[in-house]
Amino acid sequence: MIIIGGLMTATAVVAGAWYYLTPKWSRVGYQPIQPVAFSHATHVDQLGFDCRYCHNGVEKSWYSNIPASSTCMNCHGQVLKDDPRLALVRQSAETGQPIPWVQIHRVPDFVYYNHSVHVNRGISCVECHGQINKMDEVYQVQPLSMTFCLDCHRDPAAKLRPLDKITDLNWKWSDNPTVNAEQQRKNGQKLMQDWHVQSLQNCSACHR
Amino acid sequence: MRYFLAIFALCVLAIVGVLGFRGSHSRQPSLYIFPDMERQPKLRPQTANAFFDTGMSSRLPVAGTIARSQPVQVGPKLVYPWEDSPVVTGRVPGTTNFVEWNPMPVTAELLQRGQQVFDINCAACHSKLGDGNGTPKRIGAMAVVANLHDKRIVGLTDGELFNTVSYGRNLMQGYAGNLPIRDRWAAIAYLRALQLSRLGSLDDVPEAARSALKK
Repeated sequence: MIIIGGLMTATAVVAGAWYYLTPKWSRVGYQPIQPVAFSHATHVDQLGFDCRYCHNGVEKSWYSNIPASSTCMNCHGQVLKDDPRLALVRQSAETGQPIPWVQIHRVPDFVYYNHSVHVNRGISCVECHGQINKMDEVYQVQPLSMTFCLDCHRDPAAKLRPLDKITDLNWKWSDNPTVNAEQQRKNGQKLMQDWHVQSLQNCSACHR
Repeated sequence: MRYFLAIFALCVLAIVGVLGFRGSHSRQPSLYIFPDMERQPKLRPQTANAFFDTGMSSRLPVAGTIARSQPVQVGPKLVYPWEDSPVVTGRVPGTTNFVEWNPMPVTAELLQRGQQVFDINCAACHSKLGDGNGTPKRIGAMAVVANLHDKRIVGLTDGELFNTVSYGRNLMQGYAGNLPIRDRWAAIAYLRALQLSRLGSLDDVPEAARSALKK
């Protein structure tokens, strides 16, 4: 009796640790309240903005910048120019005080992730950030854990796509899942060769 | 045993009830019981930081500062942003006259980059065709968006276009802060190609390619 009870408790503890002590539980789904109710779904999916209109540093910098408030004002100086929801943006553009956006996707400080390297070599935003273009309020989709990074680093061909489709978050090789997988395999390997993409797995690739 | 099972089930239910399921949305950031070195007291860009009196980790350059270290590659030459060069100002050196032609060597690579820059930044309002029927027209916002095939704009010098792209005109804001110098010239080179596509006649098309057009 005691043995069975002990076994059940042990199983429950192990199962609980497996299920909960992972970024898949602790980080995925993080959706903080942002100071301005900015909707990516409206701007990208409906209005058709490219990610890089606002995140314009992503192709040349290691981090993908939050746009300056003046970038918002390019349009919102005229569109919804008196809307109370945008009061903070207008104020920020006027005074230079940044909007206190809450960072969602954040890897540990000892990880040196480089955005430009990835987007210039065929890794789409969607691989790590999910379909932001469908989100009214952004939340974290992927765990961004070490194993998440390594899954892709061990097999980059499974994710590579043409450079002009990087910011097209709906894009697939084909709508048919089988054909899509086949095409991804075939083209992914070709792109890997063409661009000399390496399967970097040494520690110093990400940790310095 | 019955009591044990009841308590066991209650415990499991309580834990699942409190901790929830994977992937459920949460307003709370994850808890760090052992932070190790995941968060270090170093400056990361665009974050709040109490070290400087502005409260920001990223520093703004002192007013009037011009970056000296990032030259623009113009053919074999390097042009620095502080030089009085048409590449930087869009004007003939020593005068206020706009330069007639794009000072960058126009290559296929520049045009490709130009198309990318144009489609990302300019097309938002002017549309990918440059005819001014972009998003604002579609949603009925903003009063007027220029049709870039308009005679007036086709007749502008490249230097004046550069000035408009950099510092804006009328309702359009400047893009000097968002686009590096080379990208602005690339977009202008591509715009010229777009304009040519409407201004050209059949005689401009190479003989061999004409039959393909007529289909």
